Amino acid sequence: MSLQSLDIKRLSATTVEPPSAREPITGTVAKLIDVTKCIGCKACQTACMEWNDLRDEVGENHGTYDNPRDMSEHSWTVMRFSEYENPNGNLEWLIRKDGCMHCEDPGCLKACPSPGAIVQYTNGIVDFHEENCIGCGYCVSGCPFDVPRISKKDNRAYKCTLCSDRVAVGQEPACVKSCPTGAIVFGTKEDMKQHAAERIIDLKSRGFDQAGLYDPAGVGGTHVMYVLHHADNPSLYHGLPNKPRISPMIGVWKGLAKPLAVASMAAAALIGFFHYTRIGPNEVSEEEEREAIEEAQASKEAHHE
Amino acid sequence: MSNEKENLQIERYTPNDRSFHWATAISFILLAISGLAMFHPALFWLSNLLGGGQWTRILHPFIGLLMFGLFAILVFRFWHHNLMEPVDWQWLKQIDDVLNNREEKLPHIGRYNAGQKLLFFTLLGCMIGLLLSGLVIWRAYFSWIFPIGIIRFSALLHAFCAFILITSIIVHIYAAIWVKGSIGAMVRGKVSFGWARKHHRLWFDEIVKTPNEKQ
Repeated sequence: MSLQSLDIKRLSATTVEPPSAREPITGTVAKLIDVTKCIGCKACQTACMEWNDLRDEVGENHGTYDNPRDMSEHSWTVMRFSEYENPNGNLEWLIRKDGCMHCEDPGCLKACPSPGAIVQYTNGIVDFHEENCIGCGYCVSGCPFDVPRISKKDNRAYKCTLCSDRVAVGQEPACVKSCPTGAIVFGTKEDMKQHAAERIIDLKSRGFDQAGLYDPAGVGGTHVMYVLHHADNPSLYHGLPNKPRISPMIGVWKGLAKPLAVASMAAAALIGFFHYTRIGPNEVSEEEEREAIEEAQASKEAHHE
Repeated sequence: MSNEKENLQIERYTPNDRSFHWATAISFILLAISGLAMFHPALFWLSNLLGGGQWTRILHPFIGLLMFGLFAILVFRFWHHNLMEPVDWQWLKQIDDVLNNREEKLPHIGRYNAGQKLLFFTLLGCMIGLLLSGLVIWRAYFSWIFPIGIIRFSALLHAFCAFILITSIIVHIYAAIWVKGSIGAMVRGKVSFGWARKHHRLWFDEIVKTPNEKQ
């Protein structure tokens, strides 16, 4: 890609530095989702469909408000509804807008084997470039949040782009624009953290002692953050990971194993070459050949007798 | 003259042995190319040899099934020659003599040496590991059945088995180049009397003492 309004910070399966002269002076961006303000109207889901020209299959009612039931290549964000009975015996309806968290240390990008199929822009957005995607599904194993979905039709991975196309021209993501309660806001990560801090003070004053910001350090922080009333237990919100991190198995596979294995295989071939040039081939001499034939003939004659 | 020389050879591999060996070898090369392309970015260009990234991803698992099937036939044909015997452990203890071409110091061995036998079992283990882990990470058909932890573990296991397999095959190929006459054995099926007597004395004794059409 040429230098443009969204410059690239990291490319999948690329071992050299991408062009990095330009940096966003105001820092990275973030979307802040205030779960405590969400009314579950799904305007964000609809805006996402509309902006990205996505239409999922109309599903069936499974007895929950979640519709569609799961994210797919056509549904990059889904509202997750959880019914939680708190220690006081009251019901809390916890609604979380699920989708890509845009990790600062993206597991999908780390796992991806195809150069440039996954990029991280200097503003923090993690984007899939489907034209380079080979459909292996490694991003699915790499993601700590179970976000990427592989299309059965075209065998390419899809997920929320954080509307990188809109952000590139100075607009907020479509979901942000559509939210009627202001539960979703967008700006620089610094600003979003400040806004979250104010919200958390407010929530604490209203009795939510454990209110807090979800910006998990295990993945270097995220560019989609949540304000949670129960930040001490994120898993209440439809299994949001309490301490997300790239799995150590992915870490070994895509970290140490890569250079070590390639170097060892190359070394094996080189050792062979040097063995040949130092010790030389193992050949049968003419004398050994003659001895063998004589022995065989002697044995043949012994049989005939 | 050439006729006479041909008569002074021992058949080591039948045409069927050779065909199954080379079919396995060809599928291995294709798998190594496509697998390495998806393993290390520095080798991603190898995916061009199979028609690009998507084609590499599509073909790799099918060729994998083929290789497993072909290798299973090889196992069926050769396993009984590859059981370790006491003399093989002695041979292995003298690996220094083996590597320095001091073959006269080594104990007499049968149709296969300890290195070949251990390779056989290493390959067998790797093939089983690759098949099982490969099915789990076969995204298009099977991955949805398995929990994410199993998929992650399988990806790592697949890479590990493939690494052991490729390294073993590098050793296997080098050994064939190093011990002259070995490539001929697998290409034309025959070895000289001297080759058999020098490298596999007990097998040689067995052949020359049983008069049959093999000579």
